[in-house]
Amino acid sequence: MVTKHETEPAEGKIILSQKQASRRNFLGYAGAALGLGGIMVAGTSCKKGSPGTYFEVDLGSGDAGILNYAYALEQLEAAFYTQVIATQYSGITANETALLTDIRDHEIAHREFFKSALGAGAIKGLEVNFSSINFGNRDSVLGTAKAFEDLGVSAYNGAGRLIASPDYLLLAGKIVSVEARHAALIRDLISNGSFADSTVIDGNGLDTSRTPSEVLAIARTYIKTTIDESHLPS
Amino acid sequence: MNLQNIIGEIEKTDPEVYDKLDTRRNVMKQFRTMGSRIAIAAVPFALGSMFSKAYGQPAGSVVLDVFNYALTLEYLEAEFYTKAVATAGLIPAGAATGAISTIRDHENSHVAFLRAAISGAGGTPVTKPTFDFTAGKGLGNGLFKDVFTNYVTFLAVAQTFEDTGVRAYKGRAGELVKGGALLTAALNIHSVEARHAAHIRQMRKSAGHNTTIKPWITGKDSGIGAVVQASYDGEDLTTQATINIININGTGISANAASEAFDEPLTKAQVLAIVGPFIV
Repeated sequence: MVTKHETEPAEGKIILSQKQASRRNFLGYAGAALGLGGIMVAGTSCKKGSPGTYFEVDLGSGDAGILNYAYALEQLEAAFYTQVIATQYSGITANETALLTDIRDHEIAHREFFKSALGAGAIKGLEVNFSSINFGNRDSVLGTAKAFEDLGVSAYNGAGRLIASPDYLLLAGKIVSVEARHAALIRDLISNGSFADSTVIDGNGLDTSRTPSEVLAIARTYIKTTIDESHLPS
Repeated sequence: MNLQNIIGEIEKTDPEVYDKLDTRRNVMKQFRTMGSRIAIAAVPFALGSMFSKAYGQPAGSVVLDVFNYALTLEYLEAEFYTKAVATAGLIPAGAATGAISTIRDHENSHVAFLRAAISGAGGTPVTKPTFDFTAGKGLGNGLFKDVFTNYVTFLAVAQTFEDTGVRAYKGRAGELVKGGALLTAALNIHSVEARHAAHIRQMRKSAGHNTTIKPWITGKDSGIGAVVQASYDGEDLTTQATINIININGTGISANAASEAFDEPLTKAQVLAIVGPFIV
């Protein structure tokens, strides 16, 4: 796809012609302003594709890039729950079917919202890879759902600070709390009471946040299409 | 954490960093004072506060106002659950007490975290108000006068607090745009409140208080009654950024799903009107 550099010259210039300066910039400003967590993240989030690596999808830069990033994740979730409902696991209860159908519809609504909002700037439909999931097995399906929902929450939480527009930030906020509701429900279906356990909530009572690179490192297991997130804001 | 190294790194990239902040000597002095004065969790906020002056992030006064607002709501929730768990016979033993205790601990952690963050950013945490959980403004005989004797009422108030909290954080996120670690922290609390809300709604369902309620908010249904409607008004929105979500792109998405898929914000004024009766 065509990246957004043309429309955002200042940011694009740094990325295209001064990659090393940009990296220092990130390690310096962003890392310091974020404190401890930021420094540690910076050490692992600057890996870029080696020169000449071909990506099928470039998420782009600026706020549009973040929206495309969200669109990619919602595509993954919507495709997953569509399959969950199409080929329901053995022993599924009516209650579980109703709840998982709701979640499917929410994820489709999110996916289509981003597609419409991005218009011509939207990335293409992603090809997913669910070969590691046994859709006939409750543990496999709910375990994957839990991973996706917790990942989605951490992705939106981590992307918030990369968004420049208050309107887009609010939209991300409207969606992330619904993802958190999903995460809590799925976790309770697996083990009642695990809706916000210490594997996702830290000692300060804070949920998890991840950078786009951290998120995609996990999500790539389930996405065939190769994605370049290196032009996203950092 | 070596603050001097961080400042050194920034100096390599931006030799004028000290001009933007203060003299090198004063910056180091501030760092040393901060380091000894505040909890380690709040160091990023102290840094954020300094850099906001230099690099155009939200003004410190805005951040402090949002965080003190959040702190007031967290005080409310923390004391509510602390009292409830301490009230013998209110919450059934086992899973219910376990869940409410987990939530209580999170809310108390949020209070401690926000207090440290506000101090770290150079502000003064607001003092904890006196609460009347019956919503009686101190008279103890408000709409929820059996809140600590009737489990049904307790869970209804808990659900309302959680759903309102989610909306309250969302309503002020825009003021923290480009707020770095401050914004991330607020978001990381916001999603925990949403997890709580989902679980409490499931507790009400499994206890038979409302057999149709879902972990998410359908339309503007409170699932409780008119007394808490103000916390749910506006949740029935089905248009986002001028895009109609109902049957979007021919997907057959229903009005219910369209409203459930997006949680809506509440303004500060709306939230203060809702929690007003609980504050003496």
